[in-house]
Amino acid sequence: MAFGPYFFLATLEGLVMAAVLALTALGLSLVFGVMRVVNVAHGEFFMLGAVLAWAVATSISGHPALGFLVALVISPLVVGAVALASERLVLKRVNYNPEATIVATIGILYIIQQLALTFYGPDARPVVAPFDYRIRFPWFGYSAYKLSVIAASAIVLAATWYLLSRTRIGLVMRATQFDAETATAFGIPVDRVYAGVFALGAMLAAVAAVLIVPIQQAHYLMGHDPLLLSFIVVIIGGLGSLRGTTVAALLIGLSDGIISVFFSPTLAKIIATMAVALVLVFRPQGLFGVSAR
Amino acid sequence: MTGFGNFTGRVVALHIAVVALLFALQFALPAYHHGIMARIMVLAVFAMGYNLLFGYTGLLSLGHAMFFSAGLYGAGLTVYHLDWSVPAAFAAGLASGLVLSTAVGFLALRTTGVAFLIVTMMFGQVAYLFTLYFGDWTRGEEGLTLSQAARQLGPLDLTDPTTRYFTALALFTVVLFVTLALVRAPFGRVLIAIRENEERTRMLGYDTFRNKLGATISSGVICAASGAAYVLLFGYFGSSFAAVQYSILPLLWVLVGGAATTLGPLLGTVLMFYLVDLSNDLLNSRFPDWDVSYLGIVGVALVLLILFFPKGLLGSVRDRWVRWLP
Repeated sequence: MAFGPYFFLATLEGLVMAAVLALTALGLSLVFGVMRVVNVAHGEFFMLGAVLAWAVATSISGHPALGFLVALVISPLVVGAVALASERLVLKRVNYNPEATIVATIGILYIIQQLALTFYGPDARPVVAPFDYRIRFPWFGYSAYKLSVIAASAIVLAATWYLLSRTRIGLVMRATQFDAETATAFGIPVDRVYAGVFALGAMLAAVAAVLIVPIQQAHYLMGHDPLLLSFIVVIIGGLGSLRGTTVAALLIGLSDGIISVFFSPTLAKIIATMAVALVLVFRPQGLFGVSAR
Repeated sequence: MTGFGNFTGRVVALHIAVVALLFALQFALPAYHHGIMARIMVLAVFAMGYNLLFGYTGLLSLGHAMFFSAGLYGAGLTVYHLDWSVPAAFAAGLASGLVLSTAVGFLALRTTGVAFLIVTMMFGQVAYLFTLYFGDWTRGEEGLTLSQAARQLGPLDLTDPTTRYFTALALFTVVLFVTLALVRAPFGRVLIAIRENEERTRMLGYDTFRNKLGATISSGVICAASGAAYVLLFGYFGSSFAAVQYSILPLLWVLVGGAATTLGPLLGTVLMFYLVDLSNDLLNSRFPDWDVSYLGIVGVALVLLILFFPKGLLGSVRDRWVRWLP
């Protein structure tokens, strides 16, 4: 294959990756932005979403699309409930102290991994894609499902944008993000907003995971990479900024996809991680963010 | 500071008693626990290094596996590929830790709070990926084993269990008293002041950046010493020691034992090592198809600790009963 088509393929792969990454990172960014805490267990909510999608999809007989669609609804709901429970039982009790939250979410990370290992097992298992159609380009055929992932991700991103900027719920969330104390004074139940945001962040990761699971198999250790990449995206994009997160996810997803096709994936990861660490050192507000208040 | 002066005798006596107890255990322990204790003492050195930065200076790092593995690879690779002697390799391990912690300190200490944590985690991740990337020399996840012939310290054979135990104890003792001296010296008091209120410490005229850099470097070198001793005593090194799990373990050990206590790291390492070991056996024999690994136990321990025992065992003991505990 000539360079042009090869590059086109790498770009498509990068776009799929960016689409999933944008959703996962947006979840982390929301929690980070509104609650000012780092959720280290975010990658495990992603993993849980994928594992649950497998469980739901295999328990429903009939056309694969049916099982997939049911999984797309149930899996984020269950993950949201798990996140809500861990927020109420743990995070609330350490008063969202940043460092205590990190230690607590590391603990939650391990507990979720253990539960997945116990009930799901150590194997990687695939979910059948809802439809199996290949789009014929002149040089290669490409899975239509992968392209639909990009579309689905764009729809969820748009819906989240609408929720944040055009609805009352979004207004309350932004008020809490801006100044939790004043928000309390205006009668906003900050405590319940925190619980909701934490659950919403986890659900976004779960949606991303259900979308990816027909392409990448579900495994109990799959949460590690999405967590690191989401950190990278959130840092580059600036905290709590939806536009920054989307742009950064595109940037990271595309460059990761393209670099991994042409170079060693380990080297790509080294370069990306190092670059981001240096961004954080020398430009802590992110490349697109305004300076933190 | 005068308040502490009165108790110097008691404090030193307590530490000597702990070392004497470990010395006596060498003769009392059955073979299996003897081997585990040697390992625990080396890993407790790692925890003590971590404690210097996390407990005393208040800087939460999630990348300390890189300092441990700097020592591990610094010593391991020079023995394996260059046939260096044990003392030279140990020095190479310390030097790697010194260089790495100086570089990381200069960069990471420009950030504070959550950013510091993420930056150290990313540097740790880069170090881990490097051990994979240079797989031709390191053999990546599979790792390398040092031969018995390469692990001779003069007339001493480091593969012999008794020699190994005493070497580990010697390293542990040195580091224990070095940290005790460090945290009671003016340098240590400044670190604690930085933890309590960095702005105020700076206003009092202390160069907080330089002191934090000093803490990072001391912490890094101690962790590297632990890594170098680990590979020389137990003869195996691989990428898994550089993974994020080995950055979280010292945090857990320090939290269990009590952050900012000199003996907490040892206590925490002993307790967690045996807790994971025993509960693994117990749960796996009773519920064989649960696949219980260290994951669940470490996870539950972390959550319970942070909820109910945020100061750790010795931290709570100090708060309630023994105020002079260092």
